[in-house]
Amino acid sequence: MKIELHDIAARHPAARSRSAAALRALSLTVEPGEQVAVIGPSGAGKTTLLQVMGCALPTSSGRLVLDGREPWAMPRAALQALRGRLFLAPQVPPLPPRQRVVTAVLAARLPALGLWRSLRSLFYPDDIPAAHAALDRFDLADKLFDRVDRLSGGERQRVGLARALLAPAQLWLVDEPLSALDPSRAQQAIATLCDEARGRGVTLVATLHQVDVALARFPRIVGLRDGAVAFDLSAAQVTREHLARLYAQHEHELAGAPVATPEETPAPQPVVMHCR
Amino acid sequence: MNPATALPPPARDPAWPGRLGWLIFGLVLLWPLLQATEFRPWTLFEPDSLKVSGRFIASFWPPAHDGEFLALVARESWRTVAIATAGITLALLLAIPLTLASTRVLSISALSGRMARGPFWLRQALRWLLIALRSVPELVWALVFVRVVGLGPTAGVLAIALTYGGMLGKVYAEILESGDAQATEALMRNGSGRLQAFFYGLLPQNAAELTSYTVYRWECAIRSSVVLGFVGAGGLGQQMDNSMKMFAGGEVLTMLAVFMLLVALADHVSSALRRALG
Amino acid sequence: MDRRDAANPPYRLPPPLFDARCKACWFTAGIIVLVVASFVSLDLQWAQFFSAEALRSMGRFLGEFFPPDTQPEFLRRVAWAAWETLAMSALGTLLAAVAGLVLALPASRSHAGARALWRTPTRLLLNALRSVPELVWAALLLIAAGLGPMAGTLALAVHTAGVLGRLFAEAIENAPAGPADALRAQGVGPLRVMAYATLPQVLPQLLSYTLYRWENNIRAAAVLGVVGAGGLGQLLAFHMGLFHMGKTATILAGMLVLVAIVDAASYGARRLLAR
Repeated sequence: MKIELHDIAARHPAARSRSAAALRALSLTVEPGEQVAVIGPSGAGKTTLLQVMGCALPTSSGRLVLDGREPWAMPRAALQALRGRLFLAPQVPPLPPRQRVVTAVLAARLPALGLWRSLRSLFYPDDIPAAHAALDRFDLADKLFDRVDRLSGGERQRVGLARALLAPAQLWLVDEPLSALDPSRAQQAIATLCDEARGRGVTLVATLHQVDVALARFPRIVGLRDGAVAFDLSAAQVTREHLARLYAQHEHELAGAPVATPEETPAPQPVVMHCR
Repeated sequence: MNPATALPPPARDPAWPGRLGWLIFGLVLLWPLLQATEFRPWTLFEPDSLKVSGRFIASFWPPAHDGEFLALVARESWRTVAIATAGITLALLLAIPLTLASTRVLSISALSGRMARGPFWLRQALRWLLIALRSVPELVWALVFVRVVGLGPTAGVLAIALTYGGMLGKVYAEILESGDAQATEALMRNGSGRLQAFFYGLLPQNAAELTSYTVYRWECAIRSSVVLGFVGAGGLGQQMDNSMKMFAGGEVLTMLAVFMLLVALADHVSSALRRALG
Repeated sequence: MDRRDAANPPYRLPPPLFDARCKACWFTAGIIVLVVASFVSLDLQWAQFFSAEALRSMGRFLGEFFPPDTQPEFLRRVAWAAWETLAMSALGTLLAAVAGLVLALPASRSHAGARALWRTPTRLLLNALRSVPELVWAALLLIAAGLGPMAGTLALAVHTAGVLGRLFAEAIENAPAGPADALRAQGVGPLRVMAYATLPQVLPQLLSYTLYRWENNIRAAAVLGVVGAGGLGQLLAFHMGLFHMGKTATILAGMLVLVAIVDAASYGARRLLAR
């Protein structure tokens, strides 16, 4: 899928209207089948960029064009169909805790399944071999029928990535795919992701904090700082100076310090009050 | 990553047999339940039944709104509130001594370690008394009291007093025990009596929560007193029972509407009070 | 300035007990007035109730409860009525859970920013169902369904559907949004988002509420029979009307045992689910 961003400005849905926009006058073009790594300090707007590309966040100004069409100008049904052709993987893997891994992974295929088949798959998983194959690529095949909350954080993150292999998508937008993985697992995971994307001709845009991995695996690097593009170069052209300028005042992140993942606050319980 | 994994994909979902078993078990349990409750919803739509219910539902509109009836409804609504208030007041008179006597926090023997045997069993016995009072539904108490004191609000007030006395007592004891007992313990260690320790230590600490729960229970008592009216304890419930027996749907609708307004009003008052306290 | 100055400064006197400007004082005064007015207006016949004659007759009346009737024939009747009551409460709660879930879907906002046009009307409906006590529903449904446990089952189902519908809707609204957002980002429709993302997260909570409500409903079912809805209540009203106090005592004991059994079963089931 081809992505074109023309002078995009966007702000978080929860942000106050007068606060600084998360993305400012950003322009970017990604050709079909390209693999792009987006790097930058925290707060640069990387997640917001992925959300804008994935039609999950409307822009406050500028034009977004996907495959030659503007998503926000389309009728709802067409927009839903377009969304079915992309896959947005958030940083916290979106897995319901008590669901089994097989169901959580097969849920990525929902845009391609009809209503009856989807509902039936809840009770008896529709395509166990496909789920098994996808998990096997991330070395998790033996966890197929386990419950999600019995997995470790790293395993859950890999399950979140395995979902991409089953989604009927031509665009993968992956947010921090390696944050909870140790270095060897991280290498395996990113290698799998890039190989599969290349094999299927899928456009891959990933935000990464591990700059060395980004430089090693991705042909094109986009540096983001304060909501604007700092540089947009091929991996070979990125110098230490570029990185130093990008991560100015955030050097610890360049050195590989772990970035805090957003914690989900537990929801308040409804009060059960009845007269007995 | 295993490029040539030796494990073939599993053929079947291992959880399926278990799920199927539970489903069948559930259905097997369901059949006798349907039998025992004579659950035949299609009989609701038989012509005879439809005629009766149709006529009854038709009689609901218009709701009765003549002045005399509305005055009656207003009087009976006040009586309902009065029964609830009087009942809760008596329940308080019952619950407070029982709570004080049964709460572990006011135990002097417990100050030196374990509670002594005698006081422990006394407290247990009082707890069981509170549980027994709670367990009997207020409707049953009302039935008994209607036989003893006759029809009218007295039976309702007494029924609410006994049942709610048990409920209030139990929750008061829990509230007192869940708070921080340091201040009370300190007072008792220094020689103050139990009641003094209660008034100077426990009560100020927990007054807001106790009052909040009592106000909430008052709101429940209003609903209860309407229900008790159906067995002759007076108030809005008894009027509703009369009107239903006479198939006067319009009167029933008016009274239901007034009841819902009353409950909503009590709910507002109750939440406002609880917010002011909390 | 609320302080009153004593005659010998710098000491200050405590604030007056009733201050016209203090809201809590007015509240307390209002409550006292309400309580006094209640007792006065009800005209409770205390003298009649507490006279020696009345106390003696009450003592005699209570004495008739003992010994409770334990003939095997009657015990079998009580056991059957208890089974009927249990079935009423179980089936009523089950129907209410299904109806409550169906009603909770329009009554909840699926995600922040969804329009949810049906939310307010459905919530009003659920409130209306909840507000009417089970006994009143039973009295109303008896006219349509006739005497017997079906009216009681339907009454419990209707009232509890209002309660559970509201609790389910709140649980659905409070569910963590991560999985649902991810599926919505893929363009999946709201029904499948609910089935794959929201319901798996809230299902244990929904089951817990349902079991908790069953404990309440067994008590309600036991007394619904008083208006003719079958079970122990109907047996109780029948024998009390005939002044068979020994049999009444047995039925009451049966009620207590039944309530205890259901409480234990519900508690155990909830512990099992929370594993």
